[in-house]
Parts: sequence; structure tokens; C-alpha cells
Amino acid sequence: MEKVLTRYIQPDGVPLDARAYERAGGYESVRKALRMAPKDVTETVKQSNLRGRGGAGFPTGMKWSFVPTGPNAPRPKYLCANADEMEPGTFKDRLLLESAPHQLIEGMILAAYAIAADVAYIFIRGEYILAIERLQKALAEAYEAGYLGKNIQGSAFSLEMYVHASGGRYMCGEETGLLNALEGKRANPRTKPPFPQVSGLFGKPTIVQNVETLSNLPHIINNGPEWFKKLSKSEDSGTKLYGVSGKVKQPGLWELPMGTTIRELLEEHAGGMREGLAFRGVLPGGASTDFLTAEHLDVKMDFGGVQKAGSRLGTGTMIVLDDRTCPVGMVRNLEHFFAQESCGWCTPCWSGLSWSEQLLTSIEEGRGKPDDLEKLEFICKFCAPGNTFCALAPGAVEPLQSALKYFREDFGRHIQAQHCPWR
Amino acid sequence: MLSAEERHEIEEELKRYPSKRAVSIDAMKIVQRRRGWVSDEALRDIAELLEISADDLDSVATFYNLIFRKPVGRHVIMVCDSVSCWIMGYDRVREHLTKRLGINMGETTPDGRFTLLPIVCLGTCDHAPAMMVDQQLHRDLDAEKIDKILEQCS
Repeated sequence: MEKVLTRYIQPDGVPLDARAYERAGGYESVRKALRMAPKDVTETVKQSNLRGRGGAGFPTGMKWSFVPTGPNAPRPKYLCANADEMEPGTFKDRLLLESAPHQLIEGMILAAYAIAADVAYIFIRGEYILAIERLQKALAEAYEAGYLGKNIQGSAFSLEMYVHASGGRYMCGEETGLLNALEGKRANPRTKPPFPQVSGLFGKPTIVQNVETLSNLPHIINNGPEWFKKLSKSEDSGTKLYGVSGKVKQPGLWELPMGTTIRELLEEHAGGMREGLAFRGVLPGGASTDFLTAEHLDVKMDFGGVQKAGSRLGTGTMIVLDDRTCPVGMVRNLEHFFAQESCGWCTPCWSGLSWSEQLLTSIEEGRGKPDDLEKLEFICKFCAPGNTFCALAPGAVEPLQSALKYFREDFGRHIQAQHCPWR
Repeated sequence: MLSAEERHEIEEELKRYPSKRAVSIDAMKIVQRRRGWVSDEALRDIAELLEISADDLDSVATFYNLIFRKPVGRHVIMVCDSVSCWIMGYDRVREHLTKRLGINMGETTPDGRFTLLPIVCLGTCDHAPAMMVDQQLHRDLDAEKIDKILEQCS
């Protein structure tokens, strides 16, 4: 398979410096794009059908087309790279940040050029120390080589780019929470509309894109939308960084064609379950996605395929549940995370998620009551889309509602025996 | 009072944003990098520099996991307690650390050497369980590995 996102990544993971990156073909797309009209860059990305790799899967080119353009558009305009990888079980952007920082910068220059952004921020987790160091170094090199700053490569286009290391909170990964965090505030979500494309960072037009999404852009500009579509095995274009964690033989991360099946990932790439363990289920795209089970192994890991099976592609990094791990304990761990990371802005989220954690804890510790399952089901409805300010709570109850569906007997056994059968 | 270096570093950050309060988090991190934590006094000094109220800044400080509003030990151990690490043995890692250090999560050893904290997913799930000690990530942890890491911290 043709390597795209991992093309520049060396076996030792040390990133290429700007010179070596250029020699390998890096920054070529910037020169090409600067000869194009910004709207043609957007059009190329639209035609490629690139969809956001952060979890929501929104079409990238379409997102850009909402940004006001022309001489009367508000300035400055902003571009933010969402490098706040905090979805439990997700470890894909770390690779791109640590090992291909110039590819991200190149993609950001293209996105900024398309929407005529003046300033770009890379919003990165404070815990990603190595990635921050390498990004800072790459940024300095990119300025030195004339890819950032005033009049990039002799053109009329100028762009400043900075790194912001986060103070740490899951809510910062939410688009409008990220903007509040960049403004030095608590990362509460904002009401939409207005959408950030119109009124975002400091009230100006702003685009927020995931690291993997941005890292695809140089290749789309270099090779064209048709080439990008053909990389995939499905309706969704391109390749995808897929990950597997949990008790499989070889947990890991692989760049594969979009639409690779769960079975192929689990059996061929992750080497199957560890000796003596059986597969019970999987969260296909990180902590905030619904469980899938053995009947879904042939589901294609693309946006439509996983949705049809009742879950979401999310970040494409799956977490495997084995038969020696308690599903109630696993869901309790997940809800603990979501309850802790809830910003507290809206009631279903702060109240519902901490309540779910309490109920799951009492069930796991042998104090569960028969009507606890109905209460948990109520919480899932209470936190559904439309009842909350942002996607945190609806995402948080996805693993809970599907665990209640697929592992209901296990919940029942806990309550009947007043004991966790796995302990 | 903020030191000249702290003030200088914060002023460098201010050049990158159109508003002063935007550097709230960066400013607290700059101070914390030198002092280990953000005291009430430091909070007031930063707030004054950024022209916001200390209470307002405190509401930001207490929102973020990586800003410490209480003193910490010379080394801060942050153990990932999220789902992949939980499946792969977080409970064993926590038990080993609390036993070895004689403290619970959220506490500091009496000699001021270590503070033990839980942290959310560190994004290294294919090498779980994991933890960070100060700026360094440690992966595929077991008791032996943890003991070696602790020994290296003076």
C-alpha cells in the first residue's frame, strides 16, 4: 500500500529537519498552492472528499467554504490545529506530531492560504512534551526557510504560526472549548450559532482541524483528489491511522486504506487475542463510541460502515474488551473519565455523568439494585444529543448504552450475586 | 513578586495573542515551571500583569489538570488511569506505587520527594500501562521498571 501520512516517518521516529524534508518532497505543495487561487485549493479539498479525522467526520472543504472571504471579510482570521489528543484509547496524532511535524505545518499553511488566515495556533496537550519540543524546532526551521512569516516564498501571503501547550482538560478538544482555552478562559463550550467559521477565536472567523486531517492536505494538493479517493477501500477517501489497544498480541498503530475491516485490524495487524483470552467486544473509535461485538467483525472502519453497525468511526483507534476483563468495570472507568472531565456547564452532563459513575461503582462493588439498570438507561436518554451544550455527554453515554445492550447479563449477574464475577 | 525572567517570558507570550488574558494559562505554566506550583501570591501577581482579577484567574487555574494550586514534591508522578491502561494493569501500577511511596493518590511523601497524581489517557495506549514522571513518559510498566524509575529520582 502507498504510504501517505507516514511517508516521511523514519524508522527511529526522529523527524526530518526542514532541509531533508524538502529533499524528500516536503513543502512542494506550498509552492504549488501559492500559484493557485485560494478558492481552487478549497475546491480541490472538497473534491477529494476529505472528512475530519478528529471524530466528527465533517467534510473539510465544506467547513472552509463557510469562512467569509473577500476584501470586506473580518480580519485577522485564524486557523487552529487541534492537537489536543485526549480521547481515551487514542494515540494516533502523537505519531504525526512527534515524527512528522513539518507535514503538519505544511498542511496548516495550505489550510491557512485557502481561508486567508493570518495567524495559526497549534493547540497541543501539555503532556506531549517531546511533540512540543519537536514542533517548536520545526516551526523555527520553517520560518528560517521562508515558509512562515511575511510574504511566504515571495508571494503576497503571510502567516504567523505558534504553539500553545494546553493546561490539560478533555473539553479543550471540543472545537469551541478549544477557542475559549486559547483565549485564556475555562474550556466551556460556546453556543452555536454563531459557528466558529464566522465568529470564532477572539470573535473572528476561525477554522479548527484535527492534526491527521491537516497532515493529509499536502498529499491531496500534490497528487489531486482522484488519487486521494483511490487510496481507500470505501466511499470515504484516503488512508487512515488505525490503532488497537487492549489484550491483543501486538497492540499498535498502522496507516491503512480507509475502509479496512475490524477483523483485518484485529487479526492481521494486531495478531489476534492474547493466548487464552477470547474477544468480547470493541470500542471502535475511542472511549466515546458504542461497543461493537463479534457479529460486527466484518464491518468496514469508515464513517458510513461503523455508523450502520450502530457506532462511530471516531478517531479510528479501537479498544478491545476480552473475556477476562469485567465490562461493568470497564464502563465504570470510562464514565469516571467523562464525569471528571465534564466542564460542568450543562446539567445533563455534570449531573448525569457523575450519577452514572456512582451507579456503576455500586454495581461493580456489589451494592447494585435491580432498578439501577433503568436509572442508567434514563441517564443515557437524559444525555442524548439535543439535551446538552456540546458532544461530550452524548459521546460519554455511547459506551454505556451499548454495554447495557450487549452485556446486560453481566450487569444482572453483578446485581444478583452482589459481587463482581470477575474478582 | 514575579522574577525578571518570569516577567520577560510572559511578555514574550503576550506578543502572540491580541488579548492579555489569553496568556493566562501560559503565564501560570511559566511560573509553575520555576516554582513547582502557583501560590496565591503568584496568582495575584500574574492577574495584575494580565489586568484581570485574581478570582477570575483562579477559576481558570482550577479548571486545568496541569496547573497545581498546592505545593508538589520535587518529582510529580502522573499515572494514566484511563481505559486502555486500566485494562492492561493500572490497578497493579497504582497499588505498587502507593505501597512503595506510602502515600495515596493526590498526596506528597513527607520528605517532599514525590507527589502522586492520576492523569487521563497519555496517548500511548499500545504500550499500556503508562505514567509520566516530571517531563518523561514511561511505558509498558511493571513493578521492576517502576522501582528503577523511582530510584533514578533524587
